[in-house]
Amino acid sequence: MLSIKDLQASINGKEILKGLSLEMGAGEVHAIMGPNGSGKSTLSKVLAGREEYEVTSGTVTYQGVNLLELSPEERAHQGIFMAFQYPVELPGVNNTYFMQASLNAIRKARGEPELNSLNFMKLVRTKLKALEMDESLLKRAVNTGFSGGEMKRNEILQMTLLEPRLSILDETDSGLDIDALRMVSMGVNSLRSPERSMLVITHYQRLLDYIQPDYVHVLSGGRIIRSGDKSLALELEEKGYGWLQEEAAA
Amino acid sequence: MDAAEQQLAELAQVGYEAGFVSNIESETVPPGLDESVIRYISARKNEPEFMLEWRLQAYQKWLEMEEPDWAHLQYTPIDYQSISYFSAPKSAADAPKSLDEVDPELLRVYAKLGIPLEEQKLLAGVAVDAVFDSVSVATTFRKQLAEAGVIFCSISEAMREHPELIKKYLGTVVPQTDNYFAALNAAVFTDGTFVYIPENTRCPMELSTYFRINERNTGQFERTLIIADKGSYVSYLEGCTAPQRDENQLHAAVVELIALEDAYIKYSTVQNWYPGDENGKGGIYNFVTKRGVCAGDRARISWTQVETGSAITWKYPSCVLKGDDSIGEFYSVAVTRGAQQADTGTKMFHIGKNTTSTIVSKGISADRGQNAYRGLVRMNKGAENGRNHTQCDSLLIGDKCGAHTFPYIEVANPTAKVEHEATTSKIGEDQLFYCRQRGLSEEDAVSMIVNGFCKEVFNELPMEFAVEARKLLAISLEGAVG
Ligand SMILES: Nc1ncnc2c1ncn2[C@@H]1O[C@H](COP(=O)(O)OP(=O)(O)OP(=O)(O)O)[C@@H](O)[C@H]1O
Ligand SMILES: [Mg+2]
Repeated sequence: MLSIKDLQASINGKEILKGLSLEMGAGEVHAIMGPNGSGKSTLSKVLAGREEYEVTSGTVTYQGVNLLELSPEERAHQGIFMAFQYPVELPGVNNTYFMQASLNAIRKARGEPELNSLNFMKLVRTKLKALEMDESLLKRAVNTGFSGGEMKRNEILQMTLLEPRLSILDETDSGLDIDALRMVSMGVNSLRSPERSMLVITHYQRLLDYIQPDYVHVLSGGRIIRSGDKSLALELEEKGYGWLQEEAAA
Repeated sequence: MDAAEQQLAELAQVGYEAGFVSNIESETVPPGLDESVIRYISARKNEPEFMLEWRLQAYQKWLEMEEPDWAHLQYTPIDYQSISYFSAPKSAADAPKSLDEVDPELLRVYAKLGIPLEEQKLLAGVAVDAVFDSVSVATTFRKQLAEAGVIFCSISEAMREHPELIKKYLGTVVPQTDNYFAALNAAVFTDGTFVYIPENTRCPMELSTYFRINERNTGQFERTLIIADKGSYVSYLEGCTAPQRDENQLHAAVVELIALEDAYIKYSTVQNWYPGDENGKGGIYNFVTKRGVCAGDRARISWTQVETGSAITWKYPSCVLKGDDSIGEFYSVAVTRGAQQADTGTKMFHIGKNTTSTIVSKGISADRGQNAYRGLVRMNKGAENGRNHTQCDSLLIGDKCGAHTFPYIEVANPTAKVEHEATTSKIGEDQLFYCRQRGLSEEDAVSMIVNGFCKEVFNELPMEFAVEARKLLAISLEGAVG
């Protein structure tokens, strides 16, 4: 599904990713943990195609194609979705309209028929219910004035609508109350299938109780310094990152 | 031979001496302006005597006036003697013979807007003699309007058929000497629309220049007069979203609105004159004077405009709030890109008690576009409890464009309240990336963000106009980013 080899990326001349490698198979859920500023969001944005970041070396292959050559929208058309750590406000742009435009842009790029408003509304209502979200969010402007938790749920709503092949969740659990966390996890789990992969970035082992990862990686200083199964997350919860960083430096 | 024909014959003689083209078929006056030209226009239009005097007065005043010069507009001076002031029914000889001869870029835009072929020909100025569907549609409309007692005709026709209304109202809102361009317009206007809505009548349909069949070529000196009698309502749509080319560079229109007691006039404009090439060459100068008066108590006038065309736009649709409890509104979207310059805004004159005005102005600049908002809110001494709220937002795309805001506030009544809010923002890379991550192209993302920015104004437009305006905005901003 996704193969990252020795990826180096920088922004404004500052190197953030310093030789990162990661292999993800279809159907797998990988969790990435790591200290603040270690490059987790940078990795997700590089994968999603944010042009500010300069990839200075390494390769990223996604479903057999060179991902780095695709524009952000082409990546979305190919099934890459990123739930933003900080979703962006679009004042005056109706949330429903935005999601419909997004879904249809992707369908169109794939040669599938576009959904009319009626069918789209039906679809979005079902997804909304499943996430126990308030209908009023459909009438508002995208993320505008949304609470932190509402924004995160809105990201997951979009994810369940778009049914991506590769989902990258950047700290979607941060700022969620306990019920919301459960909802979001349910949304994510409902998408789990042998064809879909997920990269879940989190600071908390708690999320991984709900979304059981196949692998856990520790990202530190722009590199993966340790990979393991979900017991690694428990170990981190207990001991923090210090011991791993010392080991890596040694 | 009736009096008018007599006059015409005499004038034709004068005209010949003055160098008029004697060939009556072409009906074109050579460039230049003097009294004889005005006499000729008035006679050609079969106008009543008082109109000729009115025009001549305006002309005399115009001669004494000086062309304004504005800090934020730059253009090569206009040579008023090089303009031909009467060129009705354009000769078909110079017109393109078919769409094959029309600028392909223009055709591409028409296609994108979904304009039917026949209509495209009309807009592009192709010589056509076929009868359009719209003509019969218009005839049906006219019948319905007549049943409601609504008068909707060209201003020339109104001068002949309803001289009492013209005499009573023409120039009462925008006097002949209001400003340089208004004076010129008063002297030489040859075309325009007249609307009268009788007491307690709701105009049964939206009126649009589109259906004004008898004078289709809008010309460069248009004059519109709309009177809504007590308790009546009318929604008027001006312009069209398709880019219009015109060999006349200067457009100096005048629009006068009169709302009597409890009347409501809603005036919507979509203006998309040719902006010229990327350096503004060949673009239209659009210098317009638009003003409405809420003459009676509880009257309401609402201006909504979407301006995307012209090389230079200079206009301030204004409201004079005379009646107590009257309401003035101004909702505007102005887009400038390439070398376009816009200096627009509004003036709200609060005279009556408890008068309210709302101003929402959205300026969008891209490339080297310069957008200036200039707004005046005046609370007169008698404007007890007057209220104004102004919201003035600018959106910049790129870093070579500019937005300027000049609010002028004059308050002579201590109970009056004026609020002004202004914001300037840029389309953020974060916003674009968010949209693109969701599969939208950069262009669609820009148009979505811009439309979101303009939402409050588009909400004021009649439904189908709003849909067109959205498309238009998207097309106007094509390629503005990246
Ligand atoms: N535009 C920028 N200019 C300079 N430095 C930047 C820029 N964007 C990110 N960085 C730096 O890159 C480093 C990695 O940031 P990143 O957002 O990827 O961290 P993170 O692992 O997601 O952290 P967190 O857990 O706090 O979300 C940080 O030191 C950050 O300050
Ligand atoms: Mg982060």
